Amino acid sequence: MISSKTTFQGYRRENGRVGIRNHVIILPVDDLSNAAAEAVANNIKGALAIPHPYGRLQFGADLELHFRTLIGAGSNPNVAAVVVIGIEEGWTKRVVDGIAKTGKPVSGFGIELHGDHDTIHRASKVAKEYVQWASERQKTECSISDLWVSTKCGESDTTSGCGSNPTVGNAFDKLEPLGVTMCFGETTEITGGEQIVADRCADDAVRKQFMAMFDRYQEVIERHKTNDLSDSQPTKGNIAGGLTTIEEKALGNIQKIGKKCKVIGVLDKAETPTKTGLWFMDSSSAAAEMVTLCAASGYVVHFFPTGQGNVIGNPILPVIKLSANPRTCRTMSEHIDLDVSGLLQREKNIDQCGDELLEMMLRTCNGRLTASESLGHREFVLTRLYESA
Amino acid sequence: MIHFLVHDKKDTVGVVVIEGVKAGQEVTGWLMEDDSTVKMKTLNDIPIGHKIALTEIANGATVIKYGFDIGKAVAPIKAGEHAHVHNVKTKRW
Repeated sequence: MISSKTTFQGYRRENGRVGIRNHVIILPVDDLSNAAAEAVANNIKGALAIPHPYGRLQFGADLELHFRTLIGAGSNPNVAAVVVIGIEEGWTKRVVDGIAKTGKPVSGFGIELHGDHDTIHRASKVAKEYVQWASERQKTECSISDLWVSTKCGESDTTSGCGSNPTVGNAFDKLEPLGVTMCFGETTEITGGEQIVADRCADDAVRKQFMAMFDRYQEVIERHKTNDLSDSQPTKGNIAGGLTTIEEKALGNIQKIGKKCKVIGVLDKAETPTKTGLWFMDSSSAAAEMVTLCAASGYVVHFFPTGQGNVIGNPILPVIKLSANPRTCRTMSEHIDLDVSGLLQREKNIDQCGDELLEMMLRTCNGRLTASESLGHREFVLTRLYESA
Repeated sequence: MIHFLVHDKKDTVGVVVIEGVKAGQEVTGWLMEDDSTVKMKTLNDIPIGHKIALTEIANGATVIKYGFDIGKAVAPIKAGEHAHVHNVKTKRW
């Protein structure tokens, strides 16, 4: 149903990347700046504040990840322009300079020596100019190969492995030959299926990198666990949905990478891919953390299969939700963009469901708001590696 | 009407895919690998998404789904019985 000639209407940014949304974001560097950022977004219609609880006293690799995530979110092609607000000017400038490399409009404001009122006043003036400028950006015809598509499932149950995850896998198998850039992750949620992913790695070098990431995360679990993780992984929701063990959950999870796609490389958290194809990103399996990392890596549309009904969204990365659980599709219908429960009754086959997902993806790229966007789900959750200093 | 799915011929459990399956019910399964049909009789009420044992599974034996190891039985499980956290555990962690 789609081919290399398939196009959609997107926003081509200064650096050549293509976005499917046209946000002007007000990005706090730290927790202290959330109030000012939200005040600016209240003043200026069409501006979107992205509050979060971190950014103070972080250090080392954890601080680098903090900057990489904020700079990545601001650099995402779904974002037209950015106002950065931080408590002081040093780290604020670092975020501004990182985003400025894309060529998009970005300005930063430090609160110290000014206070909230003056900062909100000055930042609002710039945000107004950005919103008006962004409103005149025109959509142009873009190739499907311009798309970056991520996936992560949530509140999985056994229907995820039977229906919604294989639907994503079928779509990925169809997108890979068209030169689309894709990713999956959830490192601990591959436990029990790690050999299957290793076998799908494009070469020995990638396989070695993948296994190193997998083994490192296992070591983290072993070091901190107080039981067999049966209260956390699988989650209570997973268990209510019928998933019994991590191995069962993992084998369902990896249905998302289809039957043919090769894993062409691995990404550190929030790292930007350098070529087309399917990437593995070392990441938590917590939905909002993982989707936020995908947004920071530059992905512009996300496939989110759910079983029991995870309601997650993201402020800048549209999350397309699909489910094969007929009860979830009935009781939580406002959250579901695509119902694939017909697969479980043999009313539809996997190829038809994959095509339906690709059609929903193109509609989303052309401007259809996802369920999570229209419901106002804007979960922006930064991954932390360890305690602050 | 399909009551449960089985991924692979080697699997020792299937997944109930409709609501309201009761103890003692004759249920029909779809074996996805070769598109064949399997019949079972349930021993318990089994909620949607939960597993039904397709064969007798001894205490300590490996449970197979997707054709792969998903853990071990921690109690003897009869064919048609509800298989979940009360009688199956991970081999990891």
